[in-house]
Amino acid sequence: EDKEEDESKEEDSGSQQNRASRRKNYQRKNRNGKKAREEGNQKKDGGKTAPNKDQKESENKEKKTTKRGKEGENKQKKGRKNSTSSASSSSSDEESLSEEELAMLKEQVEQKKKLISTMRNKPWRMVKKLSVLREAQDFVEKFEGALGKGKGKKLYAYKMMMAKKWVKFKRDFENFKTQCIPWEMKIKEVESHFGSSVASYFIFLRWMYGVNLVLFGLIFGLVIIPEVLMGMPYGSLPRKTVPRAEQATAMDFSVLWDFEGYIKYSALFYGYYNNQRTIGWLKYRLPMAYFMVGISVFGYSLMVVIRSMARNANESTADGDDDNFIFSWKMFTSWDYLIGNPETADNKFASITTSFKESIVDEQESNKDENIHLRRFLRVLANVLIICCLCGSGYLIYFVVKRSQTFSKMQNVGWYERNEVEIVMSLLGMFCPPLFETIAALENYHPRIGLKWQLGRIFALFLGNLYTFLLALMDDVNEKLAEEDVVKNITHWTLLGHHNSSAGNDSTVTPAPLDPADVPRGPCWETTVGIEFVRLTVSDILVTYITILVGDFIRACFVRFVNYCWCWDLEAGFPSYAEFDISGNVLGLVFNQGMIWMGSFYAPGLVGINVLRLLTSMYFQCWAVMSSNVPHARVFKASKSNNFYMGLLLLILFLSLLPVAYTIMSLPPSFDCGPFSGKKRMYDVIQETIELDFPLFVAKIFSYLANPGLIIPAILLMVLTIYYLNAVSKAYQRANTELKKKMQMQREEEKNKRNNKASTNPMLQDLEDLLTPSAKTESPPKQVEDKKIESPNGSSPARKPGRGEALAGSPMVGGRGAAFTPPSPVFVTQPRTLGVRGPYPGQPRPWGHPLGPVPGRGRGQPFY
Amino acid sequence: MGNKQTIFTQEQLDAYQDCTFFTRKEILRLFHRYRDLAPQLVPLDYSDKPAVTLPYELIGSMPELKDNPFRQRIAQVFSEHGDGNMTLDDFLDMFSVLSEMAPRDLKAYYAFKIYDFNNDDYICKSDLEKTVNKLTRNELTPEEVSLVCEKVIYEADVDNDGKLSLADFQHMIVRAPDFLSTFHIRI
Repeated sequence: EDKEEDESKEEDSGSQQNRASRRKNYQRKNRNGKKAREEGNQKKDGGKTAPNKDQKESENKEKKTTKRGKEGENKQKKGRKNSTSSASSSSSDEESLSEEELAMLKEQVEQKKKLISTMRNKPWRMVKKLSVLREAQDFVEKFEGALGKGKGKKLYAYKMMMAKKWVKFKRDFENFKTQCIPWEMKIKEVESHFGSSVASYFIFLRWMYGVNLVLFGLIFGLVIIPEVLMGMPYGSLPRKTVPRAEQATAMDFSVLWDFEGYIKYSALFYGYYNNQRTIGWLKYRLPMAYFMVGISVFGYSLMVVIRSMARNANESTADGDDDNFIFSWKMFTSWDYLIGNPETADNKFASITTSFKESIVDEQESNKDENIHLRRFLRVLANVLIICCLCGSGYLIYFVVKRSQTFSKMQNVGWYERNEVEIVMSLLGMFCPPLFETIAALENYHPRIGLKWQLGRIFALFLGNLYTFLLALMDDVNEKLAEEDVVKNITHWTLLGHHNSSAGNDSTVTPAPLDPADVPRGPCWETTVGIEFVRLTVSDILVTYITILVGDFIRACFVRFVNYCWCWDLEAGFPSYAEFDISGNVLGLVFNQGMIWMGSFYAPGLVGINVLRLLTSMYFQCWAVMSSNVPHARVFKASKSNNFYMGLLLLILFLSLLPVAYTIMSLPPSFDCGPFSGKKRMYDVIQETIELDFPLFVAKIFSYLANPGLIIPAILLMVLTIYYLNAVSKAYQRANTELKKKMQMQREEEKNKRNNKASTNPMLQDLEDLLTPSAKTESPPKQVEDKKIESPNGSSPARKPGRGEALAGSPMVGGRGAAFTPPSPVFVTQPRTLGVRGPYPGQPRPWGHPLGPVPGRGRGQPFY
Repeated sequence: MGNKQTIFTQEQLDAYQDCTFFTRKEILRLFHRYRDLAPQLVPLDYSDKPAVTLPYELIGSMPELKDNPFRQRIAQVFSEHGDGNMTLDDFLDMFSVLSEMAPRDLKAYYAFKIYDFNNDDYICKSDLEKTVNKLTRNELTPEEVSLVCEKVIYEADVDNDGKLSLADFQHMIVRAPDFLSTFHIRI
């Protein structure tokens, strides 16, 4: 048992040993008074400064005293009155001392408990851990009982058990949570083969799927399902019926495929909804719900995007200064110890090699410069070319949209004419990005920057396409609005005529109502817009899937199987296997989402289609990647560009908010379809609800709130707040960079200092650092004790002068070399100390262990 | 509750739970993994602490370690005599340190030992070269390897002695964003 205790003392942190010796001192004080204390101090000294042999001897003695001490304690517990020899200390003194001792013991028990709970954090061998643990447990058990903590112990055990259970529960819960995340294993699989960059696309896809599920829940739960359950059934109203002229072909597949016929007159589109204020026995206010859901789709999306952006920003600033350790981190943290599959391991080896090569190229590139004029010329040229491409594609789309408007007026046009817009847009989206990439090769940017440029350009291309499409659509809408006025009159007259004719007959009491299919309709521009978006989304899905199938899968099959009978090596040569196009896929996803946001107000079913799309593309693309793609030659870190994607998404969200807001705020809704028919503007539904369903004062409050006199100051206040917060964050940023600079400078200085002093003697300097503070605090009593005790102890008498010299020398900074040169016995311990501190002789202070202030610490014991 | 196990005494299990980051169940599972490596060598009763040591060849063939370029070093660092042969205690130690619950400091300490191939308490240039060659399967040219090693020393060597001490290594590794997630074996 002694041995174990000895070990624990050696291995524990210095403070504990210190405390242990202090405890012994107290015990001895009880029995022997001053003499014992002196002895203890002497032993402490001996332990610190004497050579190894000496120390062992003293340690042995200490062990004995420990035993004796423990016995003494036991005796004290049994009967404090007949304590052995308290010659100098009175009884009252003893009381206080024992209380003090109790406190000490308590503290120590706490210490041991801490040790037990942190045992697993110690870098020791299991044998050592086990023995130290047993020793500590014995100690705690012994003294906890002695301290009258029987109940406390039970409570403590209970607490410990609960804590353990809690930890386990938390871990299980975490596991459960990770198990609940869909496709985690699929993405992990992709990640282990293709790296984090490709996986980032799938994570983005999954995130998007989550957001869309929420939107789907909102729209289906609050709009579509109530309408289907409680609204008027199909055929009850003109807007819910297929017109007579179309009924013959309304079920044809070609018509349904264009989202005409029965699909057009279903709850999936705006026009189907009735403007009845409340529906069903629940008095569900459907128009109101429709409007609020349309707004909250945007509200929720904005909130989610911005929140995740902020979180990403937080994370990226957390590991901000990573330029300092590029190679080190690659070296020491790039191997993933989780890899347990030879193929993955091969990939990992390859990707590590490429990333090393990449960094080497970076390093070399930063050191050389080329013909800067040629480079500039080429870059300007490339930008001009790309701007030409962008303008051309924009014009092409505008032209095609115009043409399609004339086509739509003609009867019996072919399939191509009807789908020209979609085809042209898809073709542009397919061929422009590779073209841009080819042109970008002229620029010879760094690959990472090149990728950002590429993303920006494709984004501009898609954006231009989108907005041209929107403008054309607006033209369409305006035309429809003009047409509507005419139709409104016709409808009015038809209904009137029908009524008159039936009234004129007056043979029957109730005139047979006009069949809803026969009532003339307005064009219902909202549904047209919705159908346009749905068509675009569906064609986008098809094009994406066909591109994957042809461009990746069939190509891979061709390369793989035709390679046996071909003139050159197909796998290594020209076609080879496709790489996964991260940027194109992410942008496709982002723009698709923009379509969904824009279209979901006029086609509530669009989100459902999108959810299906994301779900299938998760499986399909995972399969395609695993089966027919090869990992990238150029691996780029995904974590950095993630917020870039989010930024694009936010931009798209904002851009898609604009047209929807415009149509809601400034276009009159169709007179005969949709939940807002009959109102001047769509937002009137809110006013109506407030007036009819809320008490008067609410309406008053709202009218006050809607007052420009209140809104303008509120906006002003917000702007000012943003300005202020921006300024504050900038100030923080500046302070941050300043601090970083300072740290850098300090590091450099430290380095320089070390360099300069390396010529003298780093060991001696280090030693001085060690000695100075401890000598200062301890010097006067020690000197006395040294004189008294050390000479009988048998150590060499030369110690005293050596000590004195060291004390005299240490305060003087300059004179240390001279003071330390004679090989006095004080330095006999030095080899040992140096051996212990060997791993870091030149260790700078800030992250070193606090050696100075605690006397006796960091000397006689190894760090680990 | 599965109190029927007779492999360990209750005290042993408690002690192991205190000394590792594992629960009772995980310890038993690890024992079975250990035993499966050599069923004829390892007894099913560990309550009297039999001195069984499995050779490195068996340890290194575990699927968790098989593809790791540093598997030999890991086994050596955690084995008692530095030869890669492991007792059950060493085995538990190893997976405890490499579990996801282990704190960063502990992991950093052992990572340092793993990368210190010649056991001189410093990661010097030869250690770094070995590491690079293991990581890239000797696919970099010697010039590139030496450039990489020089860059690493330039970046991480705070005290300018031309090699990395434990303090240098810790200073560098605490800032690494994915150290914790990569220095981790799930078992």
